[in-house]
Amino acid sequence: MSDPANYTLPNPGPRPEGEEEELLRIWARPKGWRIISAVNNTVIGIFYLGIAFLFFLMAGVLGLLIRTQLAVPENDFLSQDLYNQIFTVHGTTMMFLFAVPAVEALGVMLLPQMLAARDLPFPRLSAFAIWAYVVGGLVFFSTIFYDLAPDGGWFMYTPLTLKEVSPGDNADFWLLGIGFIEISAIAGAVEIVVGTLKTRPPGMSLAKMPIFAWAMLIFAAMIVFAFPAVILGTMLLEIERSFGWPFFTAALGGDPLLWQHLFWFFGHPEVYIIFLPAAGLVSMIVATMARRPLIGHDLIVVALIGTGFFSFGLWVHHMFTTGIPSLSLAFFSAASMAVAIPSGIQVFSWIATMAASKEKFRITTPSLFVLGFLFIFTVGGLTGVMVALVPVDFQVHDTYFVVAHFHYVLIGGMVFPLFATFYYWLPMASRNMLSERVGRWVFGLMFVGFHVAFFPMHITGLRGMPRRVWTYPGDLGWDTLNMISTVGAYVFAAGVLLFVIDLVRRFRPVITGPGGPENPWGAGTLEWLPNDVYSTRSIPFVTSREPLWDQPNLAKEVQDGHHFLPNAPTGGRETIVTSAIEGKPQYIIRMPGPGFAHVIAAVFMAAFFLLLTVKMVTIALACGVIAIGACLVWTWGLDKGPEKGEVDIGGGISLPTYQSGSSSHPWWAMVVLILVGASLYLAYVFSYLYLWIVSPEVWSPQGSPPLPDAFWPIACAGLILAGGAAVFGAGKLLPEPGRRGAGTPLLLLIGAAFLAGAVALNIWSHWQTGLRPTDNAYGAMVYMASVLDAQLVAAVVILLLVAVARHLTGRLDRVRRVVFENAGLLSAYAAAQMLFGLLLVHGFPRVAG
Amino acid sequence: MRTLRLASLLFLALPAGCGGVQSALVPRGAEATEIDALFWTVTWVSVAVTILVVSFVAIALWGPSRWRNIIADHWVVTVGGIALPVVVLSALLAYGLIVMQVGAARSASADGPGITIVGKRWWWEVIYDRPDGSTVMSANELRLPVGKPVEIRLESDNVIHSFWAPQLGGKLDMIPGRTNVLTLEATEAGISRAQCAEYCGGAHALMSMFVVAMPPEEYEAWLEAEARPASEPSDEAAERGRTLFLENGCGACHTVRGTDAAGVVGPDLTHVGSRRSLAAATLPNDRDAFARWIRDNQHIKPDNLMPPYGNLTDGELTAIAAYLDGLE
Repeated sequence: MSDPANYTLPNPGPRPEGEEEELLRIWARPKGWRIISAVNNTVIGIFYLGIAFLFFLMAGVLGLLIRTQLAVPENDFLSQDLYNQIFTVHGTTMMFLFAVPAVEALGVMLLPQMLAARDLPFPRLSAFAIWAYVVGGLVFFSTIFYDLAPDGGWFMYTPLTLKEVSPGDNADFWLLGIGFIEISAIAGAVEIVVGTLKTRPPGMSLAKMPIFAWAMLIFAAMIVFAFPAVILGTMLLEIERSFGWPFFTAALGGDPLLWQHLFWFFGHPEVYIIFLPAAGLVSMIVATMARRPLIGHDLIVVALIGTGFFSFGLWVHHMFTTGIPSLSLAFFSAASMAVAIPSGIQVFSWIATMAASKEKFRITTPSLFVLGFLFIFTVGGLTGVMVALVPVDFQVHDTYFVVAHFHYVLIGGMVFPLFATFYYWLPMASRNMLSERVGRWVFGLMFVGFHVAFFPMHITGLRGMPRRVWTYPGDLGWDTLNMISTVGAYVFAAGVLLFVIDLVRRFRPVITGPGGPENPWGAGTLEWLPNDVYSTRSIPFVTSREPLWDQPNLAKEVQDGHHFLPNAPTGGRETIVTSAIEGKPQYIIRMPGPGFAHVIAAVFMAAFFLLLTVKMVTIALACGVIAIGACLVWTWGLDKGPEKGEVDIGGGISLPTYQSGSSSHPWWAMVVLILVGASLYLAYVFSYLYLWIVSPEVWSPQGSPPLPDAFWPIACAGLILAGGAAVFGAGKLLPEPGRRGAGTPLLLLIGAAFLAGAVALNIWSHWQTGLRPTDNAYGAMVYMASVLDAQLVAAVVILLLVAVARHLTGRLDRVRRVVFENAGLLSAYAAAQMLFGLLLVHGFPRVAG
Repeated sequence: MRTLRLASLLFLALPAGCGGVQSALVPRGAEATEIDALFWTVTWVSVAVTILVVSFVAIALWGPSRWRNIIADHWVVTVGGIALPVVVLSALLAYGLIVMQVGAARSASADGPGITIVGKRWWWEVIYDRPDGSTVMSANELRLPVGKPVEIRLESDNVIHSFWAPQLGGKLDMIPGRTNVLTLEATEAGISRAQCAEYCGGAHALMSMFVVAMPPEEYEAWLEAEARPASEPSDEAAERGRTLFLENGCGACHTVRGTDAAGVVGPDLTHVGSRRSLAAATLPNDRDAFARWIRDNQHIKPDNLMPPYGNLTDGELTAIAAYLDGLE
C-alpha cells in the first residue's frame, strides 16, 4: 500500500546523546515496595489484570464447590445457607470483579501501546480506579469466609433483598461493595473514551484505528450509559433497606419489578460490555495469524456499534416470565434475535479472513483458543436465539438450560478470547512467552472440560432442574447429567491449573526492565513496536491500519527516534494529543508521575463504603473525609499552566504544552462524566414515571399531600438560574495571568451558595406539605430527586471551592483555566438537571393528576 | 465432522427416551406440546447452523486452496452473516409469535372456575374456585381437569416465586402486588411435578409440588370432597393426636376445617393426608414422615418458617402423625 517514500520522517537527523537516558529517567518505575505508587499503564495494567485473574481463580473455586455439591442428589457437602452464599458470590465475582475489570485491564494495558501513546491521558485516575477495585473487591470476596456474604443471587431481586426478608448485613455488602466497584469501572471508562479519542498517534484517523480500540471505545461508551442504571438501582435499594423509602414495596406503591428493569437495563448490555472487547481481541489475533487484514473490517466496526446499540433494547428478555404484556414480549423477542446479526457478521468475517490467509492460517495456542471461542460462542449464540423465542423461554427460563447458555456465551465469548490474549500479548507484560506445547494441553483440557461440564446442563434444564437449587431429588433423571457436569468442571479446572503452573514457571514481569520478545507473531499493529518504560522511543506517524506491515522500516525509524516527540521537551512525562477524528496533533499533555495521594484516596474510599456497610458510620465518615482530602492533594498539582510554552515535536510541528477549552482532554473527560450523570438521572426519571404508571393512586394530589405552591419551584428555579449566572460571570471576570480579582472568587462562592440553597429550598418546600419519603413510593421518589441533586451539587461545590482556592493562590486566571472550565461545565449540567427535576416533580403530577 | 454430528445427535436423542415427571421434554399439556414442537424446530435449525459454521471453519483452515479462495471473500460475510440470519431469525420469530397467539386464544377460552396459587416461603397455597362462586382452600398440590383450559392466578405476599409445571406449560412469576394469569390445559391424566423456578431465598430448592391431572368428572368429585370439613379421627390414637395437635398450638398457624385450628400462616391441613407429599414435595406422605417433619423439620428443610417440636415424645408424635395421616 503506502511505501516509506510517501511520508517524510518527522525527525530525519541523528538524535542527540543522552536523549534516551533522559526518557528512561523520566519514565523510570518506582523501585521496591514503592511500585504501588506507580501510575504508568504498563505497570498498573499488570496489577489490574493479575488481580482480575485472581478473582477468576477464586470464583472458579466457588464454581467447583457448587459442582461438588451437585454431583450427587441429596448431597450434604455444603449447607443450604452456605450454598446460597457461594452461588451469589460466584456470579457476582465473575461478573463484577473478574469479567468487567479484566477487559478494562486489557484496555489499560494494551490501548496505549496500540496507540503508541506514552500513557493513558489520566494515569492517576486509572491507578485510583485499580486500587479502589483491589481493596473493595478483596474485602467483598472475603465475606464468604465469615458467613457475611450476600445470598440473594447475583441479580439480587427485590423483595427478597429487602430488610424484612434479608435483615443481615449480607445484602448491604453486595450493594455497597458493587456500587463502589461500578464507580471504579466508570473511572476506567472515562479514561478509555478519552484515551482512544485523544491520544492516538499522528495520522491515525478513526478509520485507521485498530479494531480492539474500536471495541474498547464502544465498551466504554456502553459502561457510561449502562452502569448508571444499576448504580441508581443499588442506591434505591440501599436507601430502602436503611431508611425505609418504599421504592420496591408493593403495599406502599412501590414495585419489585422496578429493580428488575434497572438491573437488566444494565445487566444485558453488561454481557456485551464483556463480549465486545473480547471480539475485538479475536479480530486482531485472527488478522495476525492469517497474516493479512480482516475481510469485512468496516462491517465488523458497524457490527460492534450495532451490538452496542441493540444491547440496550433487550433488557426485558430477562423478564419474559414476569407477566408483562405480549406486545412488549414480541418487541423484545425481535430485538433479542436482531442482536444475533452483528455476531453473525463477525463470525463470518473471521472465517473469510482465515480462508484468505497468506499460506495457511497459523495454528498457534492463541489460534486454538480463538477457534474454541468461535465454536462455543456459535453454540451459545444459537441457544441465545432459543431463549429469545418467548415460548421457549417460558420453559427454559431460570433452569439449567439458561445456566448452560450463559456459560457458553460468557466462557466461550470472553474467557477463551482472554486466554488467547494471555498467550498472544504476553510479551507486553513478561520477558518470556508461555510454552506453546503446554498451551495445547491447556486448551485441550479447557475445551473438552467445558463441553463435558456445560453441554449436559442444557438437557438437565429441559428435564426440569431449576437454577440456584442446593439439592435435588434422585428420581427426576438429573443425577447422571449432574455427575457428568461435575467431572467436566474438574477437567476444565485442570486446564486452568496447568496454565497457572506454566505462568508461574515462565512469567517474568517487565516491571523491572524492558519488554518481552519483539513482535513474535509478525503482527501489524503498533503495540509490537520496540518499547521500553517510556513506551516507544518516538511516536510514529501512521499511514495505514497495519503500520508494521505497510511501513516496513517503521520499527527501526521509531527506535532511532526519527518519528514524533523522540525526547522530553518539557522535562517531564508527556504524550501527544491528537484530534478525535483525523488524528491531527493538537498539543502535548504533561502527565503526572508516581504518587501516593491517589492510592490513599482509593484505599480510604473503599474503607468508607465498607465501613458504612457494617454501620460504623463515624469511622466511615472520617475515612471519607481523608479520601476527599487525598483527592484534593492529588489534583492540586494538575493543571500546570502554560509555563513551558510551545515545543517542537518534529516534522515542523510546534505544539503548545497547555490547552483549555473543548479540545483539551479534561474537557472531554468532564463531558463523559456528565453523560454518566445524565444517564443516572434518566434512570431516575424512568423510575419515577414507571412507579407512577404502576401506582398512580399514591401520587399527589389524590394519594399524597398536595404539591407545594407554585411559588416554591419558581423560587428554586430563580436560585438555580442566578447560581448558574454567577458561575458564568465568574468565568467572564477571570483576570489576566499574574493578576487577582475579587469578582471571580465572590461570584464562584455565590454560585455555590445559590445552587446548594436551591436544593435545600426544594426539600423544604416538600417537607412543609407534610409529605415524608417513607409515606409511599411517591414520597420516596420526590425526595430521591433531591438526593440526586444534593449529590451532584456537593461535587459542584467542591469544584467551585477548589477554583476559588486556586484563584487565590494564583493558579487560576484567564489562560490557566482548566479547573474553572470543569467546575463551570459541571455547574451548568447541575443547573440543567435541577431545572428538569423541578419540572418533573412539581409539574408532572399537576399535568397527570 | 462425522463424530461431531453423531455426538450431537446422541446428546439430543438421549433425553427423548427418558424424562422424569418434571421434564419439559415429555409434554402432557397443550402449551407444553406447542412449545416442544417449537423447541425441536429451533434445535434442528441450530444444529444445521452449527454444522455450517464448523464446515466453513474446516474449509478455511484445511480445505484445498480453490475452496478456500471461494470463501475468502466478502460474500461470505454478507450472505452468512447478514442474509442467512435475517431469513432464519425472521421465520423463527414468526413461528414463536404464532405459538404465543395460540396460547392467547386458549387463555381467552378458559371460562370455567379458576384456581389461585399463592407463593409462600417455601410452599404453595392453592385456592380452587367452585362453580357456585365459593372457594376451597388447599395447599402443596395442584389438581386439574383434563381437556379444559384452566385459568391459574399466580400471586405472592412475600418474595417473588415462579410457578412452573414443565409437563403442562411454561412458567410465570408470582410477584407481590400483582396477579399473573397462566392458562394450563392438561391433555392426558397423570401425575407430574411443579417447582418454584425463581430463587426465593432459603429453602427455594425444596419448593415443589405434584400436579395431578384427572378426568373432569373425577376432578369434580375430588373438589367436592376437598370442600368438606376434615374427617373425624378414625381411632383412639388419631383422636389423641387431634387433642395434642390443638393443645400444642398447631392451630395458630394451620387450619383444619371443622376444628378450632384456623391459622393462616402455614398450609391448610384439612385434607393433608390425601396429598402425595409433605412440605411442598420434600417428603413422602406417610405417618413416619409426619413425625419426622414435626420434630426435625429444620434439618429436613432448613430455614422453613415452622419451628421444630423437639419437646414432643415419640408417643405424642406418633399420635399426631396418625391424626394428620388420617385427614384424607
